[in-house]
Amino acid sequence: MASETGVHLATRRASAPAHAALPVYNGRFGVAAAERLLWRAGFGPRPGEARALAARGLRAAVLSLTRPASHALAGPPPRLETGKPIAPYDAWGNDVLWWLDRMVRSRAQLIERMTLTWHDWFATSNEGVGSQRLMISQNRTQRRLCLASFPQMLTAMTLDPAMMLWLSLSGSTKAAPNENYAREMQELFTLGVGDGYTEQDVREHARALTGFTNTWNNATGEPDDFHFDPKLHDDGVKLIYHRRGRFGWRDSLRLALSHPGHPAYFVAKLWSYFSPAPLPKADARAAAALYVSSGKQIRPLVEAMLMHPLIYEGPRLVKPPIVQIAGMLRGIGRYVDTDAWAWESSQAGQMPFYPPNVAGWDATRWLNTDTWLARFNLTNQMIKPARVLNPAKAKVKADPRAMTREAIAFWGGPTLSGPTQEALRAYARAAIDSATADWERQQYPALIVNGLRALVVASPDYHAC
Amino acid sequence: MDRACSCNDFTRSALMRRGVAAAGAGLPAIEPGMPTPAGTGLSRRGFLLSSAGLVLSVYGAGRLLDAPAFEAGVAAAAEAGSGPVLVSVYLQGGIDSMSVLYPAGDPLYGQYRTSLALAAGAGPAFSEDPRLFWHPLAAPLAQLHSEGKVSVMPTIGYSDPNQSHFTSRHFWEVGATQADLLTGWMGRYLDIVGTADNPLQGLCLDDSLSPALATAKLPVATIDLPSDYSVWTQGVWGPPQTIMYNAFEALGHVGVRSRDVGMMASGQAALMSSTLRRQLLPFQPADGQSAPAPPSSYPTATDEFPARMAAVAELLGAGLPINCVSVSTDSVFDTHESQAAPFAAGLGEAAQTLYAFQRDLEARGLADRVLTLVWSEFGRRPQENGSAGTDHGAAGCAFVIGTRAAGTMIGEWPGLASGLDPLGNLTETADFRSLYCSLIEQWFAHEAAPIIPGASTLARVRVVK
Repeated sequence: MASETGVHLATRRASAPAHAALPVYNGRFGVAAAERLLWRAGFGPRPGEARALAARGLRAAVLSLTRPASHALAGPPPRLETGKPIAPYDAWGNDVLWWLDRMVRSRAQLIERMTLTWHDWFATSNEGVGSQRLMISQNRTQRRLCLASFPQMLTAMTLDPAMMLWLSLSGSTKAAPNENYAREMQELFTLGVGDGYTEQDVREHARALTGFTNTWNNATGEPDDFHFDPKLHDDGVKLIYHRRGRFGWRDSLRLALSHPGHPAYFVAKLWSYFSPAPLPKADARAAAALYVSSGKQIRPLVEAMLMHPLIYEGPRLVKPPIVQIAGMLRGIGRYVDTDAWAWESSQAGQMPFYPPNVAGWDATRWLNTDTWLARFNLTNQMIKPARVLNPAKAKVKADPRAMTREAIAFWGGPTLSGPTQEALRAYARAAIDSATADWERQQYPALIVNGLRALVVASPDYHAC
Repeated sequence: MDRACSCNDFTRSALMRRGVAAAGAGLPAIEPGMPTPAGTGLSRRGFLLSSAGLVLSVYGAGRLLDAPAFEAGVAAAAEAGSGPVLVSVYLQGGIDSMSVLYPAGDPLYGQYRTSLALAAGAGPAFSEDPRLFWHPLAAPLAQLHSEGKVSVMPTIGYSDPNQSHFTSRHFWEVGATQADLLTGWMGRYLDIVGTADNPLQGLCLDDSLSPALATAKLPVATIDLPSDYSVWTQGVWGPPQTIMYNAFEALGHVGVRSRDVGMMASGQAALMSSTLRRQLLPFQPADGQSAPAPPSSYPTATDEFPARMAAVAELLGAGLPINCVSVSTDSVFDTHESQAAPFAAGLGEAAQTLYAFQRDLEARGLADRVLTLVWSEFGRRPQENGSAGTDHGAAGCAFVIGTRAAGTMIGEWPGLASGLDPLGNLTETADFRSLYCSLIEQWFAHEAAPIIPGASTLARVRVVK
């Protein structure tokens, strides 16, 4: 069960995904719907991709994402401005580039998007870990298990060295139990803040989870050799959720996973990554039942969620900043060729490997005056100087409609609403009218198209899909 | 202009008006036939208004187009710039109050803090309770306290304490122990007294909006630093650029009118960003000029906290219409292991910055208009945890700083012998909701009932003199 992705898929493709009792979207699955699916379950369409996906129909489209035919990275490998390759383990920000490159190039878009989901769910920051190597190792684990079972994921995350450092699990001993992991494991990973457990449960879980430790490499100063040492474990009787036993770390995870509050929490949290509107109560119950009956498998639930009518008929989801950045690159056919994305993503409010705290990013507040401006300004980085229209050379006809079309096409043709297109054309008209001298009439159209390109991706339609 | 009255609002307003007028007169018009080189934008011109301590920078014709709106903002500033200001400083992560003010005179202190205890007299004595001492690196706060400018709350919190960072912080931010309240306590105040055209009324200097400032209907601002708030566009200049700024608003209106939550979030951010851009234009560093040095010396750390506090003083000094401010320390005080050194570094920077901020306000003649509230989501457990750190506790410390602060202790140190709850955490001797009610009434001179749930049942404390 450890390798759910890759070769095992071919044999599984024949079986139908289980989505009993959850409603399936039966409206038109056109280009706009496919485009939305690609933004929710991936990093946006490459030009023409939404049309091709729409042609397959909803079900085949979803399965093409959850059971990808290829995990290949398509296109040139990442590099720096200097042309040199990136150094993901060593150079600041190159960890971000390493992952952003996968977001841009991977043919298995949902795999990368789910990895981002798990990175947020088990939010670990290199701020506290101090090792890009360990962070990337955690990332690989999350990718490998991203559609496997949640118990597998939780087990792997508990044993993950970066996590052990981040939430003080390594070094939590019988003599000195540390509550950090025990608390967040329940509050953030399995149960949610609520009345499903008590402060006493936190303390008892902490006792059960004692025994992990690591050494420090004398040569490099890096943490090393993470392991469980029975001598450091508290093997006494614990009382967790009114049950008594000599619980160890496996019991701790098992108890949290079998807590009656876990399935509902799991379903609501997973759904929140795909849609801003909560699942209707009955659907949430059905999803929880599916989760339990599948043996807490992730893939069947994701498949059912991606076919749910609310994905296509419900409100738009504000794109997480790193999703928008990757999607803009995909839209214009660009690859990772600068380290600017490390700080640009930070300014826009989401630097991968550096979530703000153990709860991850606050996806209900992506946009504020600071991050809106950052999204606008990073457009300059996106449109490399070579692609900026030079008013002294470019021949642009002063036609608001054609100019707006050109600017939308520049980004791969995202679907924009009528009012947004009209606002863009109104800008073009007003700016064209501001020219009085002959040289202005010659040069302004190119400037206006440059402005329109920036405005297209600053539009509410582009920020939220 | 009369320098004799350079300290009153009229003069500040007039100086800023003159800056605009001078900018207009001094600007080179874009002469027909003399285009600015493509891609460079118009040249920026800086104007130093030494009397106001401000550098005004002017972006070509954009400045002129924006002048009426800027003038309106200046007029609002002159009116609003004299009201009381509350600056909320959040010490991230739950600071160990028993290390900020350590109870070396408590007979049980050494037993609870076997490795972390500090000797009596290692730091300044706390004049209001002989059992307590300031941490050596809190000496700047001890100094302000000796001047009667600090109200100390040694154990503040709420009954039935929650030990989740996020839940407890949320309670402090919304001003109630309600998990489902979506507006902040300062946000609700702004919703009553604020205006629809002034995002600066609630100013958050951070990467994301502080929930304490979340309003239901009125705009508030989030910025990294005021000097960084500038729009950057390649290949757009002259009228096509200034008209583009208007398009921000057009797109904002499309979003707000769309009735879709995602598009509305984008639209609101666009509208607020657009207004804020105008309000902060004077704070853009001008070419060839560095901003004037603040009148007191802030720590020269790479952390943003000192620079952000200096910026708050600068913005207030310029008379901008600010009512409530939220800033967080960069330092995270979630010290589960090896607490002593990182705690000392973080506390030292916080204390020095708060001291410099107070001196800055005093030098600018603003000290009687500003109170600073310093808080954290909880204190830490008195019994240290064996990793030479401390786990989450309950009651913690808070401070109100300013020349108008009452300067006398609110609540008391309850003692370790009888002041602990059944889980071994400190019991609160002051309630944060009582503090908020008292601040609203005594500082803002506004009734607390419409802002703090249950205000009528909460005690009041004397926090303003």
